[in-house]
Amino acid sequence: MKANCWYGAGDVRVEQVPDPTILNRRDAILKVTSTAICGSDLHLYNGLMPTMKAGDILGHEFMGEVVEVGSEVTNLRVGDRVVTAFPIACGRCLPCRQELFSLCENSNPNAWMAEKLLGHSPSGIFGYSHMLGGFAGGQAEYARVPFADVGTIKIPSDIPDEQVLFLSDIFPTGYMAAENCQIQSGDTIAVWGCGPVGQFAIRSAFLLGAERVIAIDRFPDRLQMARDGGADTMNYEEEEVYDRLMEMTGGRGPDACIDAVGMEAHGPGVLAAYDRMKQAVMLESDRPYALRQAIMSCKNGGTVSIIGVYSGFIDKFPIGSIMNRSLTIKTGQAHVQRYMAPLLERIQRGEIDPSVIITHRMRLHEAPQAFAKFNRKEDHCMKIVLTP
Amino acid sequence: MERQDAGGTTTLEHPTASDDRTGSAINSKPGFRSRSPQRDHSDDASHERLAQTLGWFSIGLGMAELFAPRTVARLAGLPHDHRWLLGASGLREITMGLGILSERRPAGWMWSRVGGDALDLALLATALSSAQGNRKRTAAAMLAVAGIAAVDCFASRHLSRMVGWTSDDGAVLIKKTIMIDSSPEALYLFWRDFQNLSRFTEHVESVTIYDRHHSHWTVKGPAGYRVEWNAEITDDEPNRKIAWRTTSQADIHHTGSVEFTPSPGGRGTLVRVVMEYNVPAGVLGASIAKLFGSEPGQQVQSDLRRLKQIIEVGEVLKSDGSLHGKGILQQRPAQPAGSHT
Ligand SMILES: NC(=O)c1ccc[n+]([C@@H]2O[C@H](COP(=O)([O-])OP(=O)(O)OC[C@H]3O[C@@H](n4cnc5c(N)ncnc54)[C@H](O)[C@@H]3O)[C@@H](O)[C@H]2O)c1
Ligand SMILES: [Zn+2]
Ligand SMILES: [Zn+2]
Repeated sequence: MKANCWYGAGDVRVEQVPDPTILNRRDAILKVTSTAICGSDLHLYNGLMPTMKAGDILGHEFMGEVVEVGSEVTNLRVGDRVVTAFPIACGRCLPCRQELFSLCENSNPNAWMAEKLLGHSPSGIFGYSHMLGGFAGGQAEYARVPFADVGTIKIPSDIPDEQVLFLSDIFPTGYMAAENCQIQSGDTIAVWGCGPVGQFAIRSAFLLGAERVIAIDRFPDRLQMARDGGADTMNYEEEEVYDRLMEMTGGRGPDACIDAVGMEAHGPGVLAAYDRMKQAVMLESDRPYALRQAIMSCKNGGTVSIIGVYSGFIDKFPIGSIMNRSLTIKTGQAHVQRYMAPLLERIQRGEIDPSVIITHRMRLHEAPQAFAKFNRKEDHCMKIVLTP
Repeated sequence: MERQDAGGTTTLEHPTASDDRTGSAINSKPGFRSRSPQRDHSDDASHERLAQTLGWFSIGLGMAELFAPRTVARLAGLPHDHRWLLGASGLREITMGLGILSERRPAGWMWSRVGGDALDLALLATALSSAQGNRKRTAAAMLAVAGIAAVDCFASRHLSRMVGWTSDDGAVLIKKTIMIDSSPEALYLFWRDFQNLSRFTEHVESVTIYDRHHSHWTVKGPAGYRVEWNAEITDDEPNRKIAWRTTSQADIHHTGSVEFTPSPGGRGTLVRVVMEYNVPAGVLGASIAKLFGSEPGQQVQSDLRRLKQIIEVGEVLKSDGSLHGKGILQQRPAQPAGSHT
């Protein structure tokens, strides 16, 4: 089959590789019908994630048709149409039973590597480094899905791929970012980053009862899409974010702040240059520019919801601000399996149309061009869907 | 289902497999296999502090090599074609740094630093002899690494003597714990059938049962090397504990025990393994030592994790990348192996 393989920073190639086979009794094999490129894939593409190996198949957002099932998968049949959750989870361990699926204790064969860097290991993730399992991803014609009985949701035949594909990651991710804000009626939520994750966080915050959402980014097209979703917007290159937020909230700050940017934050000024330099020469794997701003801006007693991905260590972390002002930090890889069914219902009820964020439809063999385009945010690129 | 607050953070204890801190405390108990019981303890503390500093140095340098190989290469005057090596060397530095910082007596990790220093020096030496790089800078970098190497060597030797790894009999003590969602009864029965060991340990190839107390173990090592021994059960408390040891004829003296304790709050069973290997010096000893990799115990912890998978989900989960083993060197690319499986 054809698959999109990682070869190094800025280097992905579509190559011919062997077809996947059933390796465990709860596996299923999918014939992939749609797959997407995620902002998280860019961290791999830019070489910021340790323990990648040349030849790794990328992709954790995919859906398709079941073509084979293992002997212990009883709830799926050949021919079913399913969306896959990006964290791999057994459904039986304690964290899984607590619905903390991205913390499954039985799905990372290389857990010891993650333990070295993180202290404990999270779950395995499709196509996301050897430290997170060494699983082949779904940017391919076929994909193996371990624990397929827990990690997939069946899709009725009348809903098109583009409406449901993002149940695999970014819709649940954005939703969890908003849910973590514990929104009360009347709340103002600020969202840093208007990429796909930010867009779903904005829409989910409204679904969960936010009064106002303030969205922050620098790309006019992305800010426009945030306004289409009901948000007020701010271009951080044109305005002082902290000052403007205080002005809009009577000096109190937003009730909750969502960081939907992650470790590749871009920023103006000395501090951002400092982070770039730190990341380039010493002791910092992540650039926490947006995160620091989110913490400093949040109201006393408020919540900072970190949904952007960080991989290692940061510097100049304002712990004093967090401690003295009773802030709560909530974060994590999305526990996708928890959200797939309720969010599918919201889609079916027409409360949200996830397909609005798709700006580009390309073929799997064009993955290298697609990665370059999305990385540079060229051509108003927001979200690319690839079809084999 | 357990209670958990809305946002997915949880206030529950960590039930994950973990490095047993009390285990390393045993490792560092003063006088454990030490050849010099009357050491000066303030001296030990300062060597530990030195090791800590080197730990942080490792992480810093590692991050730089990993995330900014070009900048580091430029600063060190390395030519273009050597830069990819820095990534590998960066990961090594970070791992070692974390290893040194997380061990109470970081001797093993310190020695891995010495090995790493040798690698860095070799890398820089190659650069020095190639025309492309900047010789002055490379020479300066070599001097810096050589200086660090000397300090590493000093700290490692001291810490090794403290922990006792360098004892003549090459003893290795391992203590690991994991929480498994099952009853002590079921776990005891599973383990009591020693034939099950080969299902979850990476190195036990087979166990032949002679009678209720005697068995024969075949253990595989690197490069197809095999060790065999007879074992006898020395303690057998149903549903609570099993202990065993090699019989006197074996080359290797191995003792082990496993205990099953119900966890508070009905969260499963705490499985606690203690093993000790007394390995003869020489070639055989070196091969046995390799069984445990650079960190004795990591192997056992991975084994316990596989036991947990078998009990909780019925089988050991495979990924394409880890088909040939979990070590970083055994990883194959994360793509289907085809007929290879
Ligand atoms: N936690 C999870 O489960 C999960 C799942 C998916 C994605 N993610 C992460 O979410 C993040 C966003 O993903 P995405 O797909 O939307 O990526 P993206 O790259 O399309 O979007 C990031 C956006 O952040 C903006 N940005 C950069 N610096 C900023 C700053 N200083 N202030 C405000 N905005 C800034 C960029 O302009 C861009 O629009 C990534 O880190 C990704 O890895 C997390
Ligand atoms: Zn993603
Ligand atoms: Zn699980």
